[in-house]
Amino acid sequence: MAGLDELYREVILDHYRTPHGAKAVDDPNVEVEGHNPLCGDELVMHLDIADGRIRGLHIDPRGCSISVASASMLAQQLEGASLEDALALKKTFQSVMKGAEWPEGFDPGDLEALEGVKKFPVRIKCALLAWMTLEQALAEYDYDLVGEVEADRDIEIVTKKS
Amino acid sequence: MNPVDTQAETTPLDVERIRQDFPILRRKVRGKPLVYLDNAATSQKPQSVIDAISHHYSHTNANVHRGVHCLAEEATEAYEEVRRKVCRFIHADDPTSIVFTRNTTESINLVAHAWGRKFLAEDDEVVLTVMEHHSNLVPWQLLAKDTGCKLRFIDIDDDGHLRTDRLDEYITDKTKLVCMGHVSNALGTINSVRTIACAARAVGALVLVDGAQSAPHGPVNVETLDCDFYAYSPHKALGPMGIGVLWARRDLLEEMDPFLGGGEMIRNVTLERSTWAGVPHKFEAGTPSVADAVGLGAATDYLMDIGMENIRAHEKYIISYAMERLAELPFIRFFGPRDPVDRCGLVSFIDTDIHPHDLGTIVDQHGVAIRAGHHCAKPLMHRLGVVATARASFYIYNDRNDVDALIDSLLAARKVFGL
Repeated sequence: MAGLDELYREVILDHYRTPHGAKAVDDPNVEVEGHNPLCGDELVMHLDIADGRIRGLHIDPRGCSISVASASMLAQQLEGASLEDALALKKTFQSVMKGAEWPEGFDPGDLEALEGVKKFPVRIKCALLAWMTLEQALAEYDYDLVGEVEADRDIEIVTKKS
Repeated sequence: MNPVDTQAETTPLDVERIRQDFPILRRKVRGKPLVYLDNAATSQKPQSVIDAISHHYSHTNANVHRGVHCLAEEATEAYEEVRRKVCRFIHADDPTSIVFTRNTTESINLVAHAWGRKFLAEDDEVVLTVMEHHSNLVPWQLLAKDTGCKLRFIDIDDDGHLRTDRLDEYITDKTKLVCMGHVSNALGTINSVRTIACAARAVGALVLVDGAQSAPHGPVNVETLDCDFYAYSPHKALGPMGIGVLWARRDLLEEMDPFLGGGEMIRNVTLERSTWAGVPHKFEAGTPSVADAVGLGAATDYLMDIGMENIRAHEKYIISYAMERLAELPFIRFFGPRDPVDRCGLVSFIDTDIHPHDLGTIVDQHGVAIRAGHHCAKPLMHRLGVVATARASFYIYNDRNDVDALIDSLLAARKVFGL
């Protein structure tokens, strides 16, 4: 089944089995929880931010393979990243999930494997949960950087600590 | 819903013949024959229901209760005839105690508004169960916020049965109303309404039964259930979406205030005030969904022709096989009662290695439609220690080969995950 093979690519299953970001961070500045009320998926994100960079990042996702793999890729790519780069990647990934192509010359790394999700519209929100949670977490830390976070009917974010 | 003494090894239904009546079952999904196992969400519709709605709009359409012309009379008669049919279907004794709403949710909200806001006060208690669908929870949370009444919850045991051994802890002199699902949409448990109603009676409390998962699947008798309110959604019982049923004891309907105001529900209106129409019209403000009522009538005929005892026996025949086949799979864990006597025709389960959404997507590629998620019962999911389950729910047009298709697709999902 062509569609399924594209959705459940080996790299996605690898992230699902051994996700990045599993290790706790000692003293997070921001703790945010993302919920997907339609399906019940939950995701806890802790960020340790220093000098404008994500020094440490812990994600505990309780969800399907797509949401766990997407969260794992986020952790893999953004540990050590500047807040600006993190936010830019979130925007790029979100636009790709909504139908855009990757920008010319851009290397999406493992995220490229999530492209198959586009063929399963009801699962796109699974791939976005971690990224919407990240945006809210960054907004909690630095409102001026992110601005007003657009509400998403599919995802509810609860801030625990900022 | 009483257990039927039928051998679970046979079914009284001619499933092949029944399937001919459902046009949607002829279509293919993703190139495979449709195996529809999401009946707890909504059932498919037989041709007779589709035709009844079409016939109504082609021949009898007019607004009801207000015209003197021929079509208005015919439409009104058709609408009121369905009220009598529904009355017979749930073995009530008075058609005027049947109120048409949009769905079970609206029926329950109607009671929370029209009865709850009038008769409940601070310190009164409403007893619910931890297995309720959100539609039998959120209206009471809203009511509690407005009136200050308290909500209490009957817990379940590990097999998904209500803790009826501890009822005296939950149902006390403060209890004014007990609200419970007849059959759990997420566990499949058939609850003992009579046992709980008996405890409620002992303290003078009323009983509301959410019949969304019981009315479609077996005989319902509101008198022997000993309840005061019974709500169900005909769209889960072969009928169209857009019409719901509330039955209530007539004396309660009389003393309740209206729910919505507007046309149809008045006796007299001046600029300053209005008086209300009699029961049940007091609760049916505005133009009702007449064609959907007519469709409900056709659906009720279809079910009563088959016989609700036979439907219950058929579902026992399927669910006992489904439980047996699922138990063969070591990676499947299911929730709710093990004995088909206590379980309706649905089963909630998880694959211990694959999230329900992934299962749902993969089995769908095999033409198998199941539900994956929290089933609008998030507190129950929390109680079970999971965020979601997969659920297969069966009906009259399903047979044991549909169970086999489900099992095959579950095995295919393991392959996708390299398990």
